Amino acid sequence: MKNHAELSETFNKDEQRVNWHDETLWWVRQKRDKASHLIPDWELLRETASQIKHNVLSNLGNYLEQFEQNAIKNGITVHWAADAKEHNEIVHGLLKKHGITQMVKSKSMLTEECHLNHYLEEQGINVVDSDLGELIVQLAKEPPSHIVLPCIHKKKEEIGDIFHEHLGSAKGEANPQILTETARIHLRNTFLSRRAALTGVNFAVAETGEFVVCTNEGNADMGAHLSDIHIASMGIEKLIPQRKHLSVFLRLLTRSATGQPITTYSSHFKKPRPGQEMHIVLVDNGRSVQLGREDFRNSLKCIRCGACMNTCPVYRRSGGHSYHTAVAGPIGSILAPNLDMKQYSDLPFASTLCGSCSNVCPVKIDIHTQLYKWRQVIVKAGYSDKKKTLAMHGMAKTLASPTAYRLAGKAGRWVIKHTPFAVSNPLNPWYKQREMPEAPKESFGEWYKKNRG
Amino acid sequence: MQLTLFAKQRGSPSDSEGGVSKIARRQVINKTNMTSRDRILADVRRNQPPLVAAPDITAWENKAHSAEVLLQTFATVAGNVGGKVVLVDNVDDIKSHLNIPEGGRVLTTLPELLDVADDAALFAGNAPHDLANVDLAILRAEFGVAENSALWLTEKLMGTRVLPFICQHLAFVVNAKDIVPDMHAAYVRTAGTDHGFAAFIAGPSKTADIEQSLVLGAHGPRSLVIFVVLG
Repeated sequence: MKNHAELSETFNKDEQRVNWHDETLWWVRQKRDKASHLIPDWELLRETASQIKHNVLSNLGNYLEQFEQNAIKNGITVHWAADAKEHNEIVHGLLKKHGITQMVKSKSMLTEECHLNHYLEEQGINVVDSDLGELIVQLAKEPPSHIVLPCIHKKKEEIGDIFHEHLGSAKGEANPQILTETARIHLRNTFLSRRAALTGVNFAVAETGEFVVCTNEGNADMGAHLSDIHIASMGIEKLIPQRKHLSVFLRLLTRSATGQPITTYSSHFKKPRPGQEMHIVLVDNGRSVQLGREDFRNSLKCIRCGACMNTCPVYRRSGGHSYHTAVAGPIGSILAPNLDMKQYSDLPFASTLCGSCSNVCPVKIDIHTQLYKWRQVIVKAGYSDKKKTLAMHGMAKTLASPTAYRLAGKAGRWVIKHTPFAVSNPLNPWYKQREMPEAPKESFGEWYKKNRG
Repeated sequence: MQLTLFAKQRGSPSDSEGGVSKIARRQVINKTNMTSRDRILADVRRNQPPLVAAPDITAWENKAHSAEVLLQTFATVAGNVGGKVVLVDNVDDIKSHLNIPEGGRVLTTLPELLDVADDAALFAGNAPHDLANVDLAILRAEFGVAENSALWLTEKLMGTRVLPFICQHLAFVVNAKDIVPDMHAAYVRTAGTDHGFAAFIAGPSKTADIEQSLVLGAHGPRSLVIFVVLG
C-alpha cells in the first residue's frame, strides 16, 4: 500500500499538469473569496453555522429520533446502518425486493466511503453515476479525486478519449460543450429507463423529516422524480435542528465550494410522490466513535464544500488520489484516521499546518489543529513513519545541546560546500523538485563572535 | 461495526486515545444483540458532548432592505448564473416575449397562458416519463430570493415534480413584490407551509466538471427566463 508521499510522486511526474491543477483550484478558491466578501457578515455567518452544528452534535441522539419519527410520518421508510457493509446490504436488499438490476446514482460521497458501486456490481447490479464528473471517473475506473469536482485531475483531451471509447463521441473531440451534450443524451436515456435512483443528502431537518439535496446539473432530481424507488443515503451527522437553519447553510455551502451564490437546485424531499417508495438510510460507519473523540468530534460539522481542498497547498500539488481515501484533502485527513488509524496514519502528516483550511472552513472546523493532534495520537500509537520518528529524535537531541548543534551546523555547511553531491542526489527527499541552497561561510553565531564579540 | 473498530483499536497502547475510554469500548462489546438502530443511538448518546443550545438567528431574519434594490440585485444575480430577467406589466404580456417553435410542446401552470400552452395539470396523473419531450415549461414561482436569484416552487406549482427538470427550456413567472432579500427571509416566508417536494431553482442546469469550463444545459433546462410581473 503506497502512502501519500509515494502517491504524490506519481502525480508530480507531470509538472505541467500539477501547475494546471494548482492554479485551477486556486482560481476556485479566489471565486470563494469574492463570493464570501459580498456578504457583509460572512464571519458571523460561519460562526452561527458552527454553533448550530455544535448544538446538533450535542443533541444528536434526540435529533435522530425526531427526524426518524417525522420522516415516517411523511411516508418515508427509515433504515439504520451501523457500518458500510450494512448500508450496502440494505440498498441491495431494496433493489432485490423489487427485482431491479439497474440503478442511477447522483453524487454521494458516503456511497464512495462505503464502496457501494463495487459491492452492487459484485451482486450483479449495474450502477450509473449521473453527475458528469462522477460519470467520467466511473468510466475511467477511478475514484473521484475531489468531493465537489470529481474529475479535476483530468484534462479535456483525456475525457474526450474516454467518451469516444464508451459513449461514441468523435475521436479527438475535446470541446467541453460537445462532450457535455454527449453525456446529456446518454444519461437522459439512463434516467428514463431506471426504476431505482440513489441520491446523497446535504442536509436533513429533524423538525420536518425532510432532506435537501443540492446539485447544479439537476441529476439528482432527474433520477429521483423518474424512479419508482428513491433511496437517499446519509451520514448521521447531516442533521440540522430546524428548517430555518437551512438558510444559514445554503448561504455558506456553494459560496464556499465554487463561489456561486447557491447551487442551481436545492431540492427539498419530504414525501414520496404517489406510487413511489422513498427510503432513507442513516449511516454511522464510525461517526459515533468520532463523536466520542473530544479532540476530533468537530470534524463531524463538515458540510462537504471542498473549500479546504481548494486552498490547501499540499492538496493542490499532490492531487486527490494521493490521499487514498474517499474524502481527500485536509478534512479527509482528519476523518480517515478515525476509520482506520494504521491505514491512514500518513494523512495527518500530508500538511504544512499552515492553517488555510481552518480559515476558509464555513463551519469553522479547527482542521489544522486536528491534523496536529492526530500526529501525536498516531506517533503514540506506534503508527508513524519509523525513519521520520528516528530523525525527529536525532533533531531533538541536536537542538537540545549547544555543542552538538554547532558541530552539526559546521558539518552541514562543509558538506554542502565541498561535497554537494552528498545532499544533491535523489536519495535526499529534500532535493526532489528543489535546488539545495548555497552554504553560508559561517553561522550567525560565528559571525557575531568575530565582529561584535 | 463497533466490534470491528474495537478490534482495530485494541492494538493501540493508549487507552484514552482520541478521548474514547476503555469503559466506553467495553460497553460497546456487550451490545451485540441490539438492533443497529438501538446501537447507533446508544453509541451517539454516550459519546455526544454536553448539550449546547442552538444560536438565535432572529437577527438575521429581521434585516431591512429597500424593494428597489432587491429587484436590481435579483436581476443582476440571475444574469450572473446564466438566467435572464424580463420585466412585464402583467402575465398577458409574457406572450409577446415567447418564441415557440412550430410543433414545440409547451406546458404551463398559469391559467392566463392556456391559449399558448397546454395545462400541466392534465399530465399530473401520468407517468413522469411522458414529459420527456417538453420543450418549454412556464411555471409560476411562489417567490424569488434577491441574493442568489433562486425561485421557490412547491410541487403544486410544478404540475409534476419532474417538469422543471426535464424540460429543455424553462420560464418562471414571479411578482416583483414577491422578491425577498435573502435565504433567511425566504425560510421565514415558507414557515408553517407543507409540501411533498419543493425546490429553490437558480439559473439553468449547468456543469463545469470538464476543466472548469462552464456549460449550460447539463441534464435539465438549457435556458431559464424569469418574467417579473411589476405592479
